[in-house]
Amino acid sequence: MRPSFYAIVILLLLIAGTGPVRAAQPAPTLRPQNMRLPGGSATFPGTDAGARATNAYCLMCHSADMVMNQPSLTAQTWLAEVNKMKNVFKAPIPPEQVPVIADYLARIKGPK
Amino acid sequence: MQRYPAMPDARARRAFLHTAAGLGALVLMRGGHAAQRIELPLPGGPDGRELTGAFAGKRQMILQRTRPPLLETPFSVFDEGVFTPVDRFYVRWHWADIPTHIDPRTFKMKISGHVERELEFTVFDLMQRFEHVEIAAVNQCSGNSRGFFQPRVPGGQWGNGAMGNARWTGVRLKDVLDAAGVKAGAVQVQCEGADRPPVADAPNLKKSLAIDHARDGEVMIAWAMNGQSLPLLNGFPFRLVVPGWYATYWTKMLQHVRVLAEPDTNFWMHPAYEIPDNWPRADMKPGEAGVKMVPINRLVPRSFITKPVSGAHVGAGRPQPVRGIAFGGDTGVKAVQLSLDGGKTWIDTELGPDHGKYSFRQWRAHLTLPRGAHTISVRCTNSDGLQQPLTSNWNPGGFMRNVVEAVTVLAV
Repeated sequence: MRPSFYAIVILLLLIAGTGPVRAAQPAPTLRPQNMRLPGGSATFPGTDAGARATNAYCLMCHSADMVMNQPSLTAQTWLAEVNKMKNVFKAPIPPEQVPVIADYLARIKGPK
Repeated sequence: MQRYPAMPDARARRAFLHTAAGLGALVLMRGGHAAQRIELPLPGGPDGRELTGAFAGKRQMILQRTRPPLLETPFSVFDEGVFTPVDRFYVRWHWADIPTHIDPRTFKMKISGHVERELEFTVFDLMQRFEHVEIAAVNQCSGNSRGFFQPRVPGGQWGNGAMGNARWTGVRLKDVLDAAGVKAGAVQVQCEGADRPPVADAPNLKKSLAIDHARDGEVMIAWAMNGQSLPLLNGFPFRLVVPGWYATYWTKMLQHVRVLAEPDTNFWMHPAYEIPDNWPRADMKPGEAGVKMVPINRLVPRSFITKPVSGAHVGAGRPQPVRGIAFGGDTGVKAVQLSLDGGKTWIDTELGPDHGKYSFRQWRAHLTLPRGAHTISVRCTNSDGLQQPLTSNWNPGGFMRNVVEAVTVLAV
């Protein structure tokens, strides 16, 4: 048998397989990666108690653009969102600040 | 740390010891913070979004949220090829404490729980110890297209660009589980990434698959997409790939795999990411009470026209090219059809090369349109015969939108 016969047999064995295709290409070299994440430092507009509370308790977890990109939502929906942030996602919002923040959000992002 | 037999394939060893030029570019910040904007046609708005190039390893992306990042793929990218470029692939994180430096020589995933032996692997351990596999698969956010829900729902207000298609390279989760030795009585496999909540005692993101699903030979731990290493923002050094399932299960920066002897009841399995129990519709009425909810699971078929775009002028009275992409969801694409009469009659298209049942499939057709405005609808039928519906679904999470899409063009 000539060597090329064995080469073909080996090649066919390599190609054979089930499910996902056996990778044909060598894996990429993996090198350490670094990144700098933009902070998203914009604050909520206004200087009233609602804006102050929203800036104080919401921005520790997410940037303001998340809220500003939301559609108009009812006061009831905003209250549910703020309660979810406090009760499920553990935002340290004092209980008396929950309606203050929800009212503010309904004002800036509520039905016109 | 466990020790493993030397890698059998010396060529593969060289492949990762060798220094590859080009990958270093992934870690550089893209310069400039362009103030370009894009309009997403979301009903009721707000539909203006910044296009940003400020994120590592990413070119221009639609900025949905800066921190933690939600970056949407501009829809024009889907016209450029069947595989989504890594530097345009969408990004979605739940919690803001994301590792910004990872050394693949020291980052380890751990497998523990209901197993014979706990194991730890670096990406190089995975490469050496297990057979490499590759699969083309769509990664689509559960909430892709949420911004089109009416009535609108809170959450990431995505257009249609929270999806992408890539060739994923890695190892079978089954092989890794077998190495750890799954004990009898295991019911689920729970995956957790290296990201963390910034506030103490908040629920970290953890997602679980049924044990048989985790061992089906298709679910993978992947270190490459489209032949490149994953950017940090897409889960470097490796992530779970769950072909045919929504991306919520594709854990990024996979750090911990726990084999569970009891069903996972954590917040991210219930009540988060749940849909009305009527797959493939995931449909209910706004405010409807008493709806049984189940964890989101398999993808449903979708199709899109990428050219012409809505509002475009096309030539009247002569054949005009129409093209786009489709995917079958949890199985392949059988057919993609177009309609000019709102879905009463359908026109076949020609399918492009088949890259596997979980991949995007390109399609094309030629339409001859008389002068005037025309709405061109597109519908995918998958290999199981499942078709996209003509009416939208609704659920409070904004999940699993797959209504027939359309563009409106003017033939002149």
